[in-house]
Amino acid sequence: MKLTVWTYEGPPHVGAMRVATGMKGLHYVLHAPQGDTYADLLFTMIERNSARPPVTYTTFQARDLGADTAELFRDAALEAYERYTPEAMIVGASCTAELIQDDPGGLARALGLPIPVIPLELPSYQRKENWGAAETFYQLVRHLAGPHAPAPGAEPAPRDPARRPRCNLLGPSALGFRHRDDVVEIRRLLGRLGIDVNVTAPLGARPADLARLGDADFNVVLYPEVAGIAAGWLKRTFRQPATKTVPIGVGATRDFVHEVAELAGIDASEVLASEECRLPWYSASVDSTYLTGKRVFIYGDATHAISAARVASEEFGFEVVGLGTYTREFARDVRAAAERLGIEALISDDYLEVEAAVAELRPELVLGSQMERHIAKRLGIPCAIISAPVHVHDFPARYSPQMGYEGANVLFDTWVHPLMMGLEEHLLGMFRDDFEFNDTAQPSHLGAGSIAGDDAHGAAPAAAEAADTTETTETAVATGAGDEAYWTEEAERELKKIPFFVRGKARRNTESFARDRGMSRITIETLYDAKAHFGR
Amino acid sequence: MSGVAVVRRDSNASGEGCTDAPVLRERGQREVFCGLTGIIWLHRKIQDAFFLVVGSRTCAHLIQSAAGVMIFAEPRFGTAIIEERDLAGMADANDELDRVVGQLLARRPDIRLLFLVGSCPSEVIKLDLSRAAQRLSRDHMPDVRILNYSGSGIETTFTQGEDACLASLVPELPAEEAEAPPSLLVVGTLADVVEDQFTRLFDALGVGPVRFLPSRRADALPPVGPNTRYLLAQPFLAETARLLESRGATRLPAPFPLGIEGTTAWLRAAADAWSVSAEAFDAVTEPARRRAAQALSHHRERLAGQSIFFFPDSQLEIPLARFLSRELDMTLLEVGTPYLHRQHLAEELAMLPAGTTLSEGQHVDRQLDRCRAAAPDLVVAGLGLANPLEAEGITTKWSIELVFTPIQGYEQAGDLAELFARPLNRRTRLRV
Ligand code: SF4
Repeated sequence: MKLTVWTYEGPPHVGAMRVATGMKGLHYVLHAPQGDTYADLLFTMIERNSARPPVTYTTFQARDLGADTAELFRDAALEAYERYTPEAMIVGASCTAELIQDDPGGLARALGLPIPVIPLELPSYQRKENWGAAETFYQLVRHLAGPHAPAPGAEPAPRDPARRPRCNLLGPSALGFRHRDDVVEIRRLLGRLGIDVNVTAPLGARPADLARLGDADFNVVLYPEVAGIAAGWLKRTFRQPATKTVPIGVGATRDFVHEVAELAGIDASEVLASEECRLPWYSASVDSTYLTGKRVFIYGDATHAISAARVASEEFGFEVVGLGTYTREFARDVRAAAERLGIEALISDDYLEVEAAVAELRPELVLGSQMERHIAKRLGIPCAIISAPVHVHDFPARYSPQMGYEGANVLFDTWVHPLMMGLEEHLLGMFRDDFEFNDTAQPSHLGAGSIAGDDAHGAAPAAAEAADTTETTETAVATGAGDEAYWTEEAERELKKIPFFVRGKARRNTESFARDRGMSRITIETLYDAKAHFGR
Repeated sequence: MSGVAVVRRDSNASGEGCTDAPVLRERGQREVFCGLTGIIWLHRKIQDAFFLVVGSRTCAHLIQSAAGVMIFAEPRFGTAIIEERDLAGMADANDELDRVVGQLLARRPDIRLLFLVGSCPSEVIKLDLSRAAQRLSRDHMPDVRILNYSGSGIETTFTQGEDACLASLVPELPAEEAEAPPSLLVVGTLADVVEDQFTRLFDALGVGPVRFLPSRRADALPPVGPNTRYLLAQPFLAETARLLESRGATRLPAPFPLGIEGTTAWLRAAADAWSVSAEAFDAVTEPARRRAAQALSHHRERLAGQSIFFFPDSQLEIPLARFLSRELDMTLLEVGTPYLHRQHLAEELAMLPAGTTLSEGQHVDRQLDRCRAAAPDLVVAGLGLANPLEAEGITTKWSIELVFTPIQGYEQAGDLAELFARPLNRRTRLRV
């Protein structure tokens, strides 16, 4: 058993729902109790879909358990078929139905419906949402495209040069973080390169579209979390190569263009030469120098976290001080990305652990999910959203992709927005006592101030420590460590003259400076010695 | 004006309204939350209690999502997520639970009452949470009392979770002394502000002492005994009521305190038990009734004559329908409820207009067909259905707001009407 306060991912059948809801003409019959119908609201309220997800729940009750829940499943499947006349059906169990072992797959097969019925085995007690989406998509692809697979060993015929190259776009799903807009952006980019899109899936695809996935020359994997397993199978079965670069950020988009050009056998130099993106110049312009070396903490699904780390370090000039993911399936990739940045990745789906890490690192900016937004708010740190889990605000009315050149522009705006402007930052530093214009007047700072109250409940101890940065009391550094240096009152007062957005860093540096030298007190002298020592 | 609310009060003689009306009993997909959802308001109400769901990732995700917004103040609820190793017998589920509870209580030393909340998975694997609660209580008393109830979807629908929670508290209530003077117990979660208003009214009427279940603090549970008279503030408390009666308490039958009429009859049930004269009752309640009537009048024009269709959700549907039809002249097309407790709703049913279609349980697809065919002016539906209905052009009120908003009592009657008027109002404003 695991004690959980907030979860980053839902259960695997919610992943299956993301695939089913993204598609058209597919219906999902889910053996599940009534409460599990809450998942509909993810799509109707958070994503604001105008139609109910194509899901029928059996909603068995306790009194059915003794009788015949299998019968209930059969009836529900039959009724769903008759009412919705889907082109294909997926069937499966949620966590509770998994325990009663009714075998939805076998029951549905026995109905002899004249459409493909695809059974899903999604182990609820081991796996989570993204894996569930990936497995569902893979099963759909295997069952629907499988019958059209070439004989094993047969080499695919080379492309007729008169035909434009074509690819599939794999991975976008319902409830995905900006999937809707990423698809538009990448289709546009591929169009400029002279590459046609054969099928985009699951988002917007019908079962019949999946059957013709094999017609493409190669696959573009936009979200490995969802499409990774299916793309692997397509590669083995149809000899379709797949892209490895996720085009988030300018550099990655350029790499992506090279990669697809290579796979398509075309020349991309014209597209690369006429690149339209504002990020490079905005980042180079002098007003952006204040972004230099800002310490960022990055957390999200693996794809978005890894991409954000590259963009942050190479395209914003930030210093990535923390990088992590809740996607255990891709832990290795995130670890490798962190290693390249000289840090250690945090792989955890424990919200409290992530909170403790942010509090400990005291970054100047957090790039994360809605979970991290709340952590950052508690700690008074600016934050921008880069990844699911999603919230209604992550489905903006405006066009707002993350991928491609326009996506990079969106990243620039979104990440810079929560930060204070460069000159404003200087003025705050110079005139600390201005009664109207000072850092304690910041709303985000008020957020941090409220922690003290919450912390009386014994919330994450690390959070309390961060709250310290705004407290006047003379405290021993690093709670619980008896041999740590303490701050003299004067030093603490001097520290407070440093704007709050760099104060955390100053405190940390001074403490580690004192610790390394075995000092027991931190005075004003120590503070400035440390400043000189670490000087940016 | 003072007569406004009570003119129809005596219509609840038996055999009238919908007392014997046929009920459409539906079986099929139920689009309703499970009882775990009650934790969202209960954990805010009982300030020193913690709710630990023993369940799956689905259960954790439900509570997190059903709140609509995430309550990121350190919540007083969490989930002990059952994992493969618990099921495969690699770990003893009871040992695991003890470990998780220990971990939790170490983090939250301020907790005085811990509910172990059962879920579908914990019930299907027959994890005995009542034994676990006893065992853990032995370890953690007197600092923390540990109780259990089930909020599972196979046994409870949405608000029934609160019933199960309060029922688990009843055996814990201190015994009221046999010679104690009569006391009034108000049962069912009310917003703090509503509780305070009722407290003032009961005081003015000379009814008391008045206590509330659940109490705001678990270490101040109200006593119960043969001299306890109780009023249900919520219509979904069947099991809690049964257990209170087994402890000697007597129910004061009344409609529910929604709208002027409901609130008046509800207060009067207590006033009658305390032999408050009609004049005194009128004198105390008159100013509030007058204010409420004025507040309702702002919305009557918008709502009168409009037809309404309720999908089943919280069991509040019948009292709400009664309020909307009698005080705002709305037309009831279908009133769906997940469960119809005839005894507790007797007064309400008698006040519903004869011929109202009542449905119990759900077959959501068929009900949607009926709803489209009925073409109501306003539909009350849960979060999964609301936007799709709205997108079809049917004006929709999302029902969860009715559980998360103070709606009981005189001072909230206008707010309650406004909740229904707002979607209609919005429709007429939008020109896009
Ligand atoms: S219906 Fe059952 S399994 Fe689903 S969330 Fe509710 S308690 Fe958990």
